[in-house]
Amino acid sequence: MTLLSIENLDVRYGQFNAVRSVSLKVGAGEVVAMIGANGAGKTTLLRTLAGAIRPASGRILFKGKDVTGLSAHQRVKSGMVLVPEGRRLFARMTVEENLQLGGLVKRGGDWSVDRIFSIFPNLVKRRHAKTGTLSGGEQQATAIGRALMTNPDIIFFDEISLGLSPLVIDQVYASLAELLKSGVTVVLVEQDLKRAMAVAGRAICMLEGQVVLDRPMAHTSRDEITEAYFGLKRGQNLGGAH
Amino acid sequence: MLNQIAQAIVLGGYYALIACGLSFMLSVMRVINLAHGSLLVLGGYFLWYLGENYEVSPFVGLLALVPLLALIGWALQRFLLARSARGGELLPILTTFGLSIVLDNLLFEQFGADTRSLAPYIGDMAWDSYELPAGIFVGKVGVLTLVAAIVLLGGLQLFLSRTGTGKAIRATAEDADTAGIVGIDARKASAIASAIAVGSIGIASAALGMRATFDAYAGGAQLLFAFEATIIGGAGSLWGTLIGGIVLALAQTAGAAIHPQGFLIGGHLAFILVLFARFFFLPGEFTYRLRRIAGLAK
Repeated sequence: MTLLSIENLDVRYGQFNAVRSVSLKVGAGEVVAMIGANGAGKTTLLRTLAGAIRPASGRILFKGKDVTGLSAHQRVKSGMVLVPEGRRLFARMTVEENLQLGGLVKRGGDWSVDRIFSIFPNLVKRRHAKTGTLSGGEQQATAIGRALMTNPDIIFFDEISLGLSPLVIDQVYASLAELLKSGVTVVLVEQDLKRAMAVAGRAICMLEGQVVLDRPMAHTSRDEITEAYFGLKRGQNLGGAH
Repeated sequence: MLNQIAQAIVLGGYYALIACGLSFMLSVMRVINLAHGSLLVLGGYFLWYLGENYEVSPFVGLLALVPLLALIGWALQRFLLARSARGGELLPILTTFGLSIVLDNLLFEQFGADTRSLAPYIGDMAWDSYELPAGIFVGKVGVLTLVAAIVLLGGLQLFLSRTGTGKAIRATAEDADTAGIVGIDARKASAIASAIAVGSIGIASAALGMRATFDAYAGGAQLLFAFEATIIGGAGSLWGTLIGGIVLALAQTAGAAIHPQGFLIGGHLAFILVLFARFFFLPGEFTYRLRRIAGLAK
């Protein structure tokens, strides 16, 4: 069943065309890794999906409804949530308060502050600490927890390992594996190809604002993704654009 | 001496009460509302009008005034501040400055130059006082004002720290874009914050009219006292505002004790000393913003 459907999406920053007529579908329960170099348009695409940026043209359909005109908070209400690049926590509020903010949309579901603490046990002792004082890993855990508190149907992770030490990245991914078992649909942007291939069931490669590769992980290889990443075989259709 | 300190604390309660709405607006919306004093006087006229024409007690009048001002606050944010904020951080301040001029002159046109007071409508309370040990008398209105300030500031503090709406308002104040990504309607949160800030002015309006007289142009001086109390108290901390009000009143009282005309000077000196101390010695976001406006920081 298709959960999210993007049709001919164009996003511009002034003259610059960051996302160029991207069309793709994400099914319920899928884990999709979005791969691409810096400036390929991955973050822009995710932020557009979350409603933080308005597209120049195209449509975004979520659960069959057109959400292109909805503002960011309305999209959260409908079940989409973004874990933004750089965490973007509320630094003057405590871990617990940041988590509670996610619960304010009152979508109803299984996620509670206690359940977040059970999958991120490292946060328990920092419960009442201001998030400005947390380590990078604790901040990332809080940001993921805050997003989960909205009880999303689909969750977009933007560069969750950015700026974290390898050890902490391992911890974050271990928690993520727990999360994926709950059946939530995930689109994640990840620079680390090995990790992306390990966790995701499908790879989407972006290059210069376009989707250049879109395959199930099982039917692609590290070499093929690397070629798409660098655009080594331009003009050749690698299965992008449905 | 003891008497002077007691009177200063009571007066400080009044300053804290009139600073409450201004401080709330500054701390959660980062807007210095220069129409604060004018709205205060507008509320005073509203209560006076009800008392004069319908013999309504100002305490009963508050039941109508607070929702009315809250509605004005909501509209102020929705139609003026939210739009002007797109033009940079100074524009909302200029907008409220313009609004204060409009309000002052409308009030003058409507009510003329006569000074008004709410004292006639509250009976004995206007001049009655409580006797404290050591033969100190403090006016009933003053004590009630101090209590109102403590309850209001404490209530707002609890609201911000405990309720979902309060947390949404704090999150919006910190980063409105991210608040949206988390599912918070930032526009709504700002409008509620503004409604609360301006609505709370109503209670200060009652205190203004009960303890003294006011006219259409009385807002400027009240704004100044409220602003001084806010800044002395740490610009953005609600409990700090209570301390700020009391420090301001103590400084004024000390000024008056030194020289008969030293009352205002004493307050201004305390304000300037605190401002400079914060400006040069204490780190903090507000200080940083001030420095940026003054061109001393990037």
